[in-house]
Order: sequence, then structure tokens, then C-alpha cells
Amino acid sequence: MSDVALSVQNLSKSFRIAHQSGSRGYRTLHDELVTLPRRLIDRLRRQRRSTSETFWALKDVSFDVQTGEALGIIGSNGAGKSTLLKILNRITEPTRGAVDIYGRAGALLEVGTGFHPELTGRENIFLNGAILGMTRTEIKRKFDEIVAFAEVERFLDTPVKRYSSGMYVRLAFAVAAHLDPEILLIDEVLAVGDAEFQKKCLEKMENVATKEGRTVIFVSHDMDAICHLCSRCILLRNGEIAKTGNAAEVIATYLGGEQDQAPEIDFARIESEASFQFAGLYNPRGQASTSFSTDEPLLLKSSFAVRRRIEGLQLSFSVFNFKSDQVFYASLSMANPTISVEAAGKYNIAAQIPGRLLLPGSYFITLALHTPKTKLYDLRKQVLSFRIVATMDDRYDGFTGDDLGHVYADVKWQEIDNQRVTDSSHDRIPRARTNV
Amino acid sequence: MPARSQKPTLRIRPTKGWAALNLRELWSYRDLLWILVERNIKVIYKQTALGVAWVALQPLIAAIILAVIAGRVAKLPSDGAPHLLFVFCGLTAWNYFSQTAQRSSNSLVNNAQLVSKVYFPRMLIPLSHTFSTLVDFAVTLVMLFIFMAIYAVPPTLRLLAIPGFLFLTAITATGVALWFSALSVKYRDCNYALPLFLQIWMWASAVIYPTSMIDSPRWQTLFALNPVVGFVEGFRWCVLGRSALTSTMLWITVGMSIFALLSGAFFFRRVERDFADII
Repeated sequence: MSDVALSVQNLSKSFRIAHQSGSRGYRTLHDELVTLPRRLIDRLRRQRRSTSETFWALKDVSFDVQTGEALGIIGSNGAGKSTLLKILNRITEPTRGAVDIYGRAGALLEVGTGFHPELTGRENIFLNGAILGMTRTEIKRKFDEIVAFAEVERFLDTPVKRYSSGMYVRLAFAVAAHLDPEILLIDEVLAVGDAEFQKKCLEKMENVATKEGRTVIFVSHDMDAICHLCSRCILLRNGEIAKTGNAAEVIATYLGGEQDQAPEIDFARIESEASFQFAGLYNPRGQASTSFSTDEPLLLKSSFAVRRRIEGLQLSFSVFNFKSDQVFYASLSMANPTISVEAAGKYNIAAQIPGRLLLPGSYFITLALHTPKTKLYDLRKQVLSFRIVATMDDRYDGFTGDDLGHVYADVKWQEIDNQRVTDSSHDRIPRARTNV
Repeated sequence: MPARSQKPTLRIRPTKGWAALNLRELWSYRDLLWILVERNIKVIYKQTALGVAWVALQPLIAAIILAVIAGRVAKLPSDGAPHLLFVFCGLTAWNYFSQTAQRSSNSLVNNAQLVSKVYFPRMLIPLSHTFSTLVDFAVTLVMLFIFMAIYAVPPTLRLLAIPGFLFLTAITATGVALWFSALSVKYRDCNYALPLFLQIWMWASAVIYPTSMIDSPRWQTLFALNPVVGFVEGFRWCVLGRSALTSTMLWITVGMSIFALLSGAFFFRRVERDFADII
């Protein structure tokens, strides 16, 4: 049986960006009074003020979520993920469109929302629980469970302002995680706490999503967590749905630089004494590419102009994996023999990233021109992306993702002195049995 | 989309114009209201040396100062009652009113983190102060009874009308609180304007002088358009037995109180939907 748990139809949300008082975000009565005559005239003329413009944070978004499904929502910053979740949570109203929710929805937003520093742990459990929509009886019923999960038994009657940040986060997550909604909306909660607690949180959420069969909508930048928890995924781009489907596929689209990402980029000139002009990725056959096999070396070429002599100028790049963890950093200062780019001029530099270094997956490259620790001349964050694809020869014993670690270790195996029982003697045993 | 027989639990649509008060939802969140009330009470005098003593000290000192000004300096009449008792009686009602208005007008901005992160009927935040300030009121009321004993004013059955006048005070205060808390989300000016506004309001209401100071009964009746006059005089009637309060004035007060509450509530609902975006 597939029932719809949540249905979003043509959802749009616009914001008015005021150019005049945008910096403050709110207007004082004085502003309002001063502009009143003009606004009245504008209204009479039915004109919109030229000082404000409409920005659509969400445009015509429609999707359904089935009961028991875990849906991931991904997209870059400003794509509309948070706005969407805020509407689903009823924190803000849509400008157009509709949402129908079947069942009780609960939100797991930023942890610790509604905690009061002066109140004790015990009091805050009740306060936070009620804010998240639990009744007092419900909280009482789950109180012990929450306290045990958060591991704060000894500090229950201490004001939370005296808590360590770790305890604070644990308590906050514990309350939120024990909400019992049929539809759970989760926003970036895992970005907190120590690694061990993060793991515990993820396990708890996995439980909720898979074992308890509840509907989950999960917004995150952590592709690994999304991939782990969600079966289906929506990619938002500029407030619109760019792709829906199988989580792995959608994530691949997102990380693959959203298709239009080219292996070569020309940079517009910027006002700097040293700036990039071009960057590109090439395979050993000299072709521009964004896809490489594990054993292929990868050539990164960059061109840049230095407009006056800069003492100690370095070209460097960093490679990040899809979780935005930096895999490594490389700089021209490590080059042997040395290459100097200090003199004014135009440079073309190639850097070869060896094969059998990176695991299959998606990666980003950040380029920089700088002097050591002092001045940054040009920084191009995650301008290039590429994918490492497993070859037929790669054997991972069925392991994927985190199980493989962080790099492709080109380990040389060697036999030292092994004493094997010979094949023939090994074969003899079953044969003997069949003879019986 | 597969058809689903039952109705959605929740429909989210853009609202246009005036919104309904949605009292049913407010009721379903009553647990949160009580917990917020509890929080307000617990937090307000935390980490103070005198703690709850402040609740008693504030009106006592204010009453002494005002009684000296009214009785000795300005030589205002007091309907024949001792000045301190007369002023304290007025302050009992006024303090509850002004404290509720003041504490709740800032409440939404102070809870901005909540408002922009979680959904619940936003009205609960200012509303919680209407209830939590009752603790301060109770303390003041006990002190009022002590003053009655000191001045040997015999208690009468009229004291039973206090809850009625308290109720009028509460709904007027809530109305004012809703207006100001909603406005302060958009205009932070309210933080500065309200204390001033309340000061003026207090002097414009018969807190330290009797309404009977106004010569013509017709003007006295008009004076009741300020609802504070109604319940301040009401409290005096309960305690001292003398007051210029007439039944016409009482009805005007009732009308004004209800108007304050309803207009505040509808205005609040009207602007509530933008709170998270502009707070």
C-alpha cells in the first residue's frame, strides 16, 4: 500500500529585498513615516517601489512523499532547501501553492532551540519537548529514555548554562530524537557534537527511518548521511527542482557539478596583482576530461598572470572529497626541481596527480595564488570537479564508502615464507569422504 | 498522486487578509503555555540576591514615593482614605497591567530564536506573560491585605469582586501586549516607546488620584474610555468601598477591554505570518 504522507503542490515563496534598508532587515518607525507619503502616492498610482525587488526562494515546487519513505533534499546554499523545510514546518508561509500533510509532523531543526540557559536540565527537557510539540504526559513517559540517551543523569538539576557544549548538544538532540511524529523533518542536525555522538545520532535516525517505518524528510549537506538514510532524493537548484529520483543518482548529478560543469574553465579577469586565467583537467591521452579511472594519472593545468614581481608567490591547489573533507594540499613550493613564479609574466603550470591515489568518488579542486601565510591574490574555491571511477581490476571485497578509508593505498603485497598444504592433499579430504 | 481517502491532518496555504483566531489550536498547545509560564516565573529572578523579595519591594517603594508625592507634595485628594493605602490599591491593578504589557512586548524579539526555528501559535509567548505576572500580582495583593489590616479597613464582601476586575485588567493588558509585541517584531522602536507610553498612561489614569477629582460626572464617564480607570477604580471600590465608578463607566470599561483584546488578537494574527521572515 502506498499512501501519500505529504504532498507539495506548486509551492512558491518570494521575499521582497529592500535595497534601501536591506542592511538592517527591519525598518524603524522613522523610516516608515519618512517614506509614507511616497508610498501612498505609489500605491495610488499602483506602482511598485523601485527600491525593492522580488526574489523567489522557491518556484513551483511539487512532489509527493509516500508513507514510510525517507526523502533527501540536497542543493547548494541558497537553493531553497531551508525555505522549503521552513514552509513544511509552518515557520513561514508560502506565497503560492499548497502543502497537504497526512499525520503528525515533527521537526528536528537546529538542536537546542528553545533551551533556556538559566533552567536546569530537567526543566529544559520539559520546555524543549513542549516547544517541539510534545504534551507533558508524553515527555514524562519518555523522560528516563531521554536522560539515558543524553548521558546527563548527574547534571539533571544543574542549569544548562553550566553544561559543557557537548552535554548541551547531547541533551538537545536526545529530546528532539524522542519526538514521535509520523513525519519527521530533519535539517542539518548532524553538524554537531563529537564524532562518537554523531554516530549515535545517525544510528538513531536510521532507526526512525528504516526500522520504525516513519516518513522522513532530510535536508543536509552531508551526502554520505543522505545516501545512507534516504532512498529517494530531490535536488534543488535556484528554488526549482532540478532532479528527482534514486538517491545515489541524484547525488551523483549534484556532485558531478550538475552536468554543465566543464573540464576546462576560462576565468574572467579580476583586479589583482596575480590572477588565474584558465584551468583544466586532462587524462594521460591529453584529452580534457572530468572522469578518470583509479589507475590513471590526472593532469591539472592552470594559466595565470602575474602583473608585478611578487616575492614568494606560490601556486597551490587542494582536493576535496564530496563531504568537503580536504584530501590533500599541494603547492608549487614542494616542486622539485623548484619552479619560480615570482617574476611578472604569464605562466602555464601543469600538476600531475598520480594514479592509485584517490578512491572512486567525486572530488573538487580549489586553486589559489598566494604568498605563504600572508597574502591571498586569487582563490578559486571548488572550481573544478572530477570523478574517479573504479576499474574492473579494483577489488574492495564488497566494501564501499567509509569502509574503504580515505585514499587508494597502492600497497605492494609480498609473500615471505608461506607453507601451504599442497593442492593435491587438500583435494584428498572430500574425495575420501565420498568414498565412504 | 495516489488518491487518499482521509482528509489531510494539516493543510498549508497562503493566507490572505485577516486570519481567524484559531482558538482550537491555541487550546491544543495549552501544555506549552503552562511550561512557558513556568519558565517565565522561574527565570525572572534567577541569579538575584534578593530573589522573590523584589516582587514585594518594587510596589512597596513605588507606593511610598507616590503616596508622598500625592499626599504631601501635591496634596491630591484620596476619597478620604489613607494615602498609602489609596495609592497602593491603585498600584496593585496598575502594576499588573504595566508589567504584563512591558514583559510581553519584548517577548517575541527575545524569543526570536524560537520564532524563527519552530512552529507553535506565536500568541502563546506574549500570552504566557499575562499568566506569569499573576505571581507578582498575588504577592502585591497579599501586601494590600496587610495594609488593610494596618489601617484597620474592615474586609467586606466587595472583595469578592476582585477576580472580576482582575480579569478585566488581564484582558486589557493582553490586548495591549499583543499589539506591542507584534509591532516590535517590525519596529524595534516599541522597546523605547512603550515605557514612556506606560508612564504617560499611568499619570493619565486615576492611579494616584481619584476619578472624583473630575468635577462633572459626564467627564468622569468619558474618562472611563481609558479602561485602566475602570479597573483601578474597581479595585478601590472593592477595598475602600468608595469610588466614583458608576455602572455606565463599568460597562464602558468592559467594552474597551474586550475591544483591546480582540483588536490585539486579530492584529497579531494578521502580522504573525511574517514574523519568521522579518524578526
